[in-house]
Amino acid sequence: MATTSLGLRESSAPLDLAAQGGWRSIKNRLMSGLLFLSFLVVMIPLLFVLAAVVSRGAKVMGWSFLTKDIAPIERRPGGGVGPAIVGTLVVTGLATLLATPLGIMGAVFLNEYSAKGIFGRIVRFMANVMTGVPSVVMGLFIYVIFTLTFKQRGVGGSLALACLMLPIIIRTTEEMLKLVPNYLREASLALGTSKARTIVTVVLPAALPGIISGALLAVARAAGETAPLLFTIGAAKSLQINPFADEAMTALPLQIYGNASSSFPAAQARGWGAALTLLLLSFLFTLIARLVSARFATKR
Amino acid sequence: MSSPSLDLRASKSGGETGFRGLALAAGAFVLVILGAIAIVTTSKAWPTFRLMGLDFFTTKRWSATDRIYGATAFIFGTIVSSLIALILAVPVSIGIALFTTQIVPAKFRKPVIYAVDLLAVIPSVVFGLWGINVLAPKMDGFYKLMNRTFHGIPVLNKLFGPSAGGKSFFTAGIILALMITPIISSLSREIVDTCPPGEREGALALGATQWEMIRGVVIPHSKGGLVGAIMLGLGRAMGETIAATLVIGSSPQITANLFGAGNSMPAFIASQWGEADTSTKSALIALAVTLFLITLVVNIVATRTVARSQLRSAGGR
Repeated sequence: MATTSLGLRESSAPLDLAAQGGWRSIKNRLMSGLLFLSFLVVMIPLLFVLAAVVSRGAKVMGWSFLTKDIAPIERRPGGGVGPAIVGTLVVTGLATLLATPLGIMGAVFLNEYSAKGIFGRIVRFMANVMTGVPSVVMGLFIYVIFTLTFKQRGVGGSLALACLMLPIIIRTTEEMLKLVPNYLREASLALGTSKARTIVTVVLPAALPGIISGALLAVARAAGETAPLLFTIGAAKSLQINPFADEAMTALPLQIYGNASSSFPAAQARGWGAALTLLLLSFLFTLIARLVSARFATKR
Repeated sequence: MSSPSLDLRASKSGGETGFRGLALAAGAFVLVILGAIAIVTTSKAWPTFRLMGLDFFTTKRWSATDRIYGATAFIFGTIVSSLIALILAVPVSIGIALFTTQIVPAKFRKPVIYAVDLLAVIPSVVFGLWGINVLAPKMDGFYKLMNRTFHGIPVLNKLFGPSAGGKSFFTAGIILALMITPIISSLSREIVDTCPPGEREGALALGATQWEMIRGVVIPHSKGGLVGAIMLGLGRAMGETIAATLVIGSSPQITANLFGAGNSMPAFIASQWGEADTSTKSALIALAVTLFLITLVVNIVATRTVARSQLRSAGGR
């Protein structure tokens, strides 16, 4: 019974209404204050990180930084992150092309075909578990299974990122499919449309903005991943666009990582510049995702 | 009037089963990948497991030149830095979850949630960059102060030992805590949100204060789910690579000194991979297998715990 499980067992006994406004009220304010404090405690380092990235990154930021090749000599100033931006966009873009259709189909299976089935339950559970696979493990896995034999550096990086994105896309898409009202499906089926056609022409379009927003959030996360790229795409200094070539590419996270522990101020400055670039890129993806989902929310 | 003959059976065409098969294959792909990770990495790591046997897990020494590979120091570093992260992140994350669901006025709720989620948008390598260049030098002074303060006190003088220049288990713990806070707090928020409003309002109607309502209704209701959320955060902290690589100090030692330099499994793999020869690569992959298995167990238990608590609150007992 719901009433017996109210959970007031411990606190209902000493409830003394006459004491209202006394110690109990003080305690209430104190604890509310503490909860607010926990929010502040997290905001302070967040602001410090953002301030450091913006102020230090701004020193090198500019059109030439965004377009020039990686600096050939670490200790000298100059150079830019052009190849890294291209690398991040190409590798993350390819990963998105691989992971999004697969993730959406996986979610369709979970929500439309096997919502309560045993196999669906196992897949849903394992997709959740897969979200927690360390990115370093994913990178090594792709290195062993793909990069060792096929040598296509960029594709290897994309595969590793796609594996990390897949469970996220499955989960967010399934949540969106759940929100599609059942009467839409029933109306379509009642008109004699096949189930597959119903899913493609009714269910997926209805959930599309939510699906896009979920995919963009996954992209924002994947674009910031470093470890999987460490084992796969290498570290080039000049522009390399083709992910299918056996030639090293580079990406923004790798540039940050490489410069972070450098003792040369010029290299550190480039690290902060790359961090600002990456952060702006991640924010851009996240912002678009929020706008898309906000539009979805008002339409419903 | 004759309606056009609707052949309902014709709609069950090859396309229908094909689409279903495609969806099934996409779902099954998750299982394929997880299975392949286990098989492929273990087979690559096999030479190391054959060479070291179970000693791999109990040997402290790692020397590529002597072909001795021991994971103990790295397992130790992973566990210590993750536990520090949990101790720092859990109270704060649950505090944020309760704050956003119970305390904050409705119109500020969304901005507060967005602000906390911003932490999740910052890539781990940016946290690492900040950690190594800004936080670690600042913490060095704090560690020295702590070391002096607790100098003569037993146990504490061991934990708060001499500072190793700022890069340490504790610095790694702080950075990891920042990274898992948005994960734990958003999961906790979802769990806390499932608490039936009727029960909450009932408590308030009985004269309970806001805090008494949280203590008496919300927390008991969400206990199981919160434990699961914390464990998921633990799994994340253990697998986090790049930020830890930069700030943990890259020195595989087993010490009670939280301010000393250490190393964790993922950090060691990432930092050593570049210059590793074939047999060392196999050993590093063995380390990855170990990490994979540990996080797999943590994640499976955590996901089950969360799923159970959700089932309980959805099923209305």
